[in-house]
Amino acid sequence: MADRSKSRIRFSRLYSFLCLRSPFRDEHSQIGQKGFSRVVYCNEPDSTEQLQLRYRSNYVSTTKYNAFNFIPKSLFEQFRRVANIYFLVVACVSFSPLAPYTATSILFPLIVVIGATMAKEAVEDWRRRKQDIEANNRKVEVYDRNHNFQETRWKKLRVGDLVKVYKNEYFPADLLLLSSSYEDGICYVETMNLDGETNLKVKHALDVTASLHDDDSFQQFKAVMKCEDPNEDLYAFVGTLFYNGQRHPLSVQQILLRDSKLRNTDYVYGVVIFTGHDTKVMQNATDPPSKRSNIERKMDKIIYILFSTLILISFIGSFFFGIQTKNDIVGGKLKRWYLRPDKTTVFYDPKRAVLAAFFHFLTGLMLYGSLIPISLYVSIEIVKVLQSIFINQDQDMYYEDTDKPARARTSNLNEELGQVDTILSDKTGTLTCNSMEFVKCTIAGIAYGRGMTEVERALAKRKGKAVPDSGNTSSYVRGSSDRHTDSGKSIRGFNFRDERIMNGHWVNEPHADVIQKFFRVLALCHTAIPDVNQESGEISYEAESPDEAAFVIAARELGFEFFERTQTSISLHEFDHQSGRKIDRSYKLLHVLEFSSARKRMSVIVQNVENQLLLLCKGADSVMFERLSRNGRDFEATTRDHIKEYAEAGLRTLVVAYRELNEEEFRLWEEEFLQAQTSLNADRDAMVDAAAERIERNLILLGATAVEDKLQKGVPECIDKLAEAGIKMWVITGDKMETAINIGYACSLLRDDMKQIVVTLDSPEINDLERQGNKEAIAKASSASISKQISEGNSQISLSNGSSISFGLIIDGKSLSFALNKNLEDSFLDLAINCSSVICCRSTPKQKALVTRLVKRGIGKTTLAIGDGANDVGMLQEADIGVGISGVEGMQAVMSSDFSIAQFRFLERLLLVHGHWCYRRISMMICYFFYKNIAFGFTLFWFEAYASFSGKPAYNDWYMSFYNVFFTSLPVIALGVFDQDISARLCLKYPVLYKEGVQNVLFSWPLVLGWMLNGVISSMIIFFFTTNAVVNQAFRRDGHVVDYEVLGVMMYTCVVWTVNCQMAISINYFTWIQHFFIWGSIAFWYAFLVMYGAVSPIISTTAYQVLVETCAPSPFYWLVTLLVVVSSLLPYLSYRTLQIQFRPMIHDIIQRLRSEGSETEISGELSLGNKEKLALVEEKLIDRVNAT
Amino acid sequence: MSSGDEASQTLSKKSKKPQYSRFTQQELPACKPILTPGLVITTLISIGIIFVPIGLGSLSASEHVVEIVDRYDDACVPSKGDDEAAKRERLSFIQNAKTNKTCIRNLVVPKKMKHPIYVYYQLDNFYQNHRRYVKSRSDRQYRSPGSEGETKTCDPESEVDDHRPIVPCGLIAWSLFNDTYGISTKDNPIPINKKDIAWQSDKNSKFGSNVYPKNFQKQDPVGGGKLNESVPLSEQEDLLVWMRTAALPNFRKLYGRIETDLEANEKITVVIQNNYNTYSFDSKKQLVLSTTTWIGGKNDFLGKAYISVGGICLFLAIAFILTYVIKPRPLGDPAYLSWNQNSAAR
Repeated sequence: MADRSKSRIRFSRLYSFLCLRSPFRDEHSQIGQKGFSRVVYCNEPDSTEQLQLRYRSNYVSTTKYNAFNFIPKSLFEQFRRVANIYFLVVACVSFSPLAPYTATSILFPLIVVIGATMAKEAVEDWRRRKQDIEANNRKVEVYDRNHNFQETRWKKLRVGDLVKVYKNEYFPADLLLLSSSYEDGICYVETMNLDGETNLKVKHALDVTASLHDDDSFQQFKAVMKCEDPNEDLYAFVGTLFYNGQRHPLSVQQILLRDSKLRNTDYVYGVVIFTGHDTKVMQNATDPPSKRSNIERKMDKIIYILFSTLILISFIGSFFFGIQTKNDIVGGKLKRWYLRPDKTTVFYDPKRAVLAAFFHFLTGLMLYGSLIPISLYVSIEIVKVLQSIFINQDQDMYYEDTDKPARARTSNLNEELGQVDTILSDKTGTLTCNSMEFVKCTIAGIAYGRGMTEVERALAKRKGKAVPDSGNTSSYVRGSSDRHTDSGKSIRGFNFRDERIMNGHWVNEPHADVIQKFFRVLALCHTAIPDVNQESGEISYEAESPDEAAFVIAARELGFEFFERTQTSISLHEFDHQSGRKIDRSYKLLHVLEFSSARKRMSVIVQNVENQLLLLCKGADSVMFERLSRNGRDFEATTRDHIKEYAEAGLRTLVVAYRELNEEEFRLWEEEFLQAQTSLNADRDAMVDAAAERIERNLILLGATAVEDKLQKGVPECIDKLAEAGIKMWVITGDKMETAINIGYACSLLRDDMKQIVVTLDSPEINDLERQGNKEAIAKASSASISKQISEGNSQISLSNGSSISFGLIIDGKSLSFALNKNLEDSFLDLAINCSSVICCRSTPKQKALVTRLVKRGIGKTTLAIGDGANDVGMLQEADIGVGISGVEGMQAVMSSDFSIAQFRFLERLLLVHGHWCYRRISMMICYFFYKNIAFGFTLFWFEAYASFSGKPAYNDWYMSFYNVFFTSLPVIALGVFDQDISARLCLKYPVLYKEGVQNVLFSWPLVLGWMLNGVISSMIIFFFTTNAVVNQAFRRDGHVVDYEVLGVMMYTCVVWTVNCQMAISINYFTWIQHFFIWGSIAFWYAFLVMYGAVSPIISTTAYQVLVETCAPSPFYWLVTLLVVVSSLLPYLSYRTLQIQFRPMIHDIIQRLRSEGSETEISGELSLGNKEKLALVEEKLIDRVNAT
Repeated sequence: MSSGDEASQTLSKKSKKPQYSRFTQQELPACKPILTPGLVITTLISIGIIFVPIGLGSLSASEHVVEIVDRYDDACVPSKGDDEAAKRERLSFIQNAKTNKTCIRNLVVPKKMKHPIYVYYQLDNFYQNHRRYVKSRSDRQYRSPGSEGETKTCDPESEVDDHRPIVPCGLIAWSLFNDTYGISTKDNPIPINKKDIAWQSDKNSKFGSNVYPKNFQKQDPVGGGKLNESVPLSEQEDLLVWMRTAALPNFRKLYGRIETDLEANEKITVVIQNNYNTYSFDSKKQLVLSTTTWIGGKNDFLGKAYISVGGICLFLAIAFILTYVIKPRPLGDPAYLSWNQNSAAR
């Protein structure tokens, strides 16, 4: 034991790259300069230097507002909207004599609307604040002057404080790790809150501080740290620790970030470096790009139309007003003497008629203000939030296995879900499970593994071969000889069956030594951490990627069980083929050359007990084959063949190789590498990569692994449905072309009846050029070749125009980079749009985003990107809608997405059901909003024409203010939240319905204008019918005539009835909520009249007793209401009836189908007979749709 | 980001599965009516069946109303004709307080008129709904004597030159209609009851019983009628009627009630004091005697409108039936699908 710990200490130096003093020479100058100016006096809470630096406290506030700036700031936010500015101006002017109404009645709705929005902001902010308070008041132990660790609140923490954090606690700030409960100063952290990754990461304390093990050892601890300024890079840190008169370089390995959690370690000691908003996690907190939906953008245009209408009718009004005012005095004689035109203000002065007309224009802008739906924005916001809640609550989008429901992370884009034209999808983890299973391998040119993947099965099916029937993918087909191994116990991540090498049989294989090396590489070359279950002794692994876990598991199953990792060593239980027993072997871990997407490989350098230095490497075939040594290529040809086969079977392959190093070479290289690693330059990473590159060569090939990434459940069915809905699907993946095509077949993206157009640069000429290495020539030739291939594709499509052949386009990453160039972009897009599915393989994350942008701009329709990994973030943010799969690969994708779902198949429900509903609801809602405001606003205008355009509104001020707030708002919100034209079941059954959204038929200009026209017609019927009916006769038996007050009430009653009944006949879905809101709104109008009429006439003015005394006793009043309401609904009713009969929309047909099969439809279930009938019709419907 | 971790931890132990309820799963029991031809036709026919009788009923009620309308503004001035001179003469006649403006009109009762017979005056082209006019009043002043100084809203008729407030102030009151009618049959004068011609709520609440006219029409220019300063506002029913402004430029206002029947063909004589100036603006003055029924006065529009709308509904119903018979759409026949045509649909 003593021996081990000694060696560990020595190697921990190596591992943490600490033994060198030299790296300071270059970078010393950087510390203390711009960007690297932070100085931390460790454990000197009272040091004046530290206090002078005035670093921020550890108090965090993520709120948008505070008590003082809430009112001004949120008001400012509110008034950035055009409509709200208009209302604010109106409210200000309403205090002048220009106002047609009293100021309060104009202010009231504005205050309600602004107040509601502000209340929403306040509630959201309050929630954030509560979370802040909770975080700020958490407790942590801090070393105080009395040399004790005392509990303190997080917010009291200061830079330089020494803290002790216990297991499963969060770090209160960014800390420098000094030491941990482990002797060698390592600790494990979980960074789920930072990047969403659930695996554990190891941090290493500096060697010099790792010995400070207990509370007492800090009595004399003093150190100064100089480091970089606060920044948002989570994966880099540059700093120097001055301790005991020596300098020690610091890297991100010593940094514990706020909001990550200490795991598997009893406690750690640390020094606070960054506090509060300086911490990396807080520096990272930025708002995601905000997206707006198409409909909302179009809505703005409609609002501008309404503004123009408003200005136009105000202008017409003031024109006539000017003329009539001017005529009030003709030749010194008063005409309308009762208006006293001789003794008047400027607003009515005949001598200054033009000015009066101008002022009247302003009055008109206020008067017809009800054309602008003041509550539209706030209603839409409320509705969208409620819609999101419904999406979150949907049980059919809840995934039991991972306990994850769907989440609408933003509510802005709900209706956009109903208009998706193109889906851009990642493959791994999105279409597939991303739970890797080790299924095959090739070692020394011999292929092992007898399973069959789903892709292979699809492939075989396509070729007409008999497929062994099996429910389980990669099922065991042949190996009957060793049934006993197949004991039925399935191991997660391992689906490998081959009697030749399992259960130790590999020792009898021809290349047993190679097989041994192969699995040793798998057991050693990784960054996984073993987790031994104390009771059962079973070992599980925490790995950074599922691939890696699969390798370690595979090695374990084949007799190379990795069971312990220290900072400097890896230990295996190995099956020794000489003795035939299990023995423990420990390998000294010298270096880890980590995996990166640029390097596409990882290596470890280990020293075994025989003191051999070994470099073990695994990586992608594209980078590995070129690094093989001349004598390491024995199995190259067969291995390549096998890799190709595996790729065709949809498997992910990695090449495994190794080399032996001699001491001298290693020593020289190590020096260079450490220098690179400890450098503080900005291009440190490049230097490290270059250094790594220098040792990763002359490798000896061992073989390759094949890991299956299983298709998720229901993916092919889901893609079928989406295709039926007319949604185009692009898959953008990093896989090889063969893999991608086969996955395409397996998930029914490509079908046999499709013609494939393949665009690739994998042609002999290009390959020749590449060998010559003339970059310009390559680029030129490639570009020409791509251009040719694209135009060929285009001509193929135009030739087949008219026939029903559909095309699938497959393009690889290299070609894509040329196709995305400016000159080819358009023709490529043409080609891609004409293909029903597109697969881009071998593409980089950046290309994913570029393709997304191209599609979004090129087709000008809604794009949806779906992905699960960090490499999809760009794509998700670029697309109109980003959907994140909350799967295995961490949370970055989800964090930057707009919606998150647990499984790809939920996309079907998200789009076809929720998308369709939300789209329909929002578009109906907006149309109806405009309708009701126009129907109301125009009655005012007609009345003006009979009041010499003087600006007297037809209604009492408060009727007007309450119109948008009480009498018509709730039904429209109910429409926006609850309406369902088609039930969820039928939405899924008839995906064609979705085309309504893609083609935007429910919010097309004709339709919007149609609703507006309907509004104008309604207003005309309401006004002219009412006024003609009342003319000037008595309207009651007691001889009273209709006056201003009664006419206002009559017309207003008609308006309230009409718009609410219009709602009732235009929706097709009545639950008690709709009934309650629609009829309740009408009832509330009467209740309001009674209440308002009962208060003192000083307040109620013209509404005093108007219903109770004047209107209600008159049958005439009720008869007019009935007549007007029925008449104003007739145009819409007859139009719709004709439309349903002769030019029905898709939802009309489906509703019709439902209702006609509905005599026996009981709560959504169909009886059998009708079901058959429906099915027949449905087939017919779908056939026709496909034909069109 | 550090937020709510503990909360989320405790939460994560619970299942995040959404709770089932018919509400959250959007499966509430719902009635889903759609505009099937059957439903529409039934609706239209029932509207027709309800509307036509209502129309006939109100039309017949309107027929029962007997109405005498007599325009007297042109007959009750000395100068007729449309030329400028005649107009000027008419104006100076009406504006001269000294001239005798009595005018006698003879009318014949066309049908028997049962009491009560309502007497109205009707003005045309008089904008009582003009904003300046409507706003020029002070409800507070009319209600209580203590508020008699609250005349700010009454401009330009708020106070006399020495700043004493006018009660009742404002343009409306100032322009009070002041023609008077005296009706008689052969030799018997028929009394016109001017009680209870205003709304009860006006008398009780809007106009105070202890508010008396002050300084009213005491200063040039004098607008319309004058008020008896010893009668409180709430009793000045002519004023109350006038103050309830009309909605439209052509309006009638109640003048009084005749409590006796008038026989058919009976000749009646109306003695009119033609005081009110409607000659400066092109207006008409008419005297109206009318009976009422349950729908009020003579009003053919309502009945006709009901019959027409009912008729249209029936017509539409028949048209739909015909189209349905001629061009029936079989169950779910998608022949008329139009989703590629971007229909101008609603």
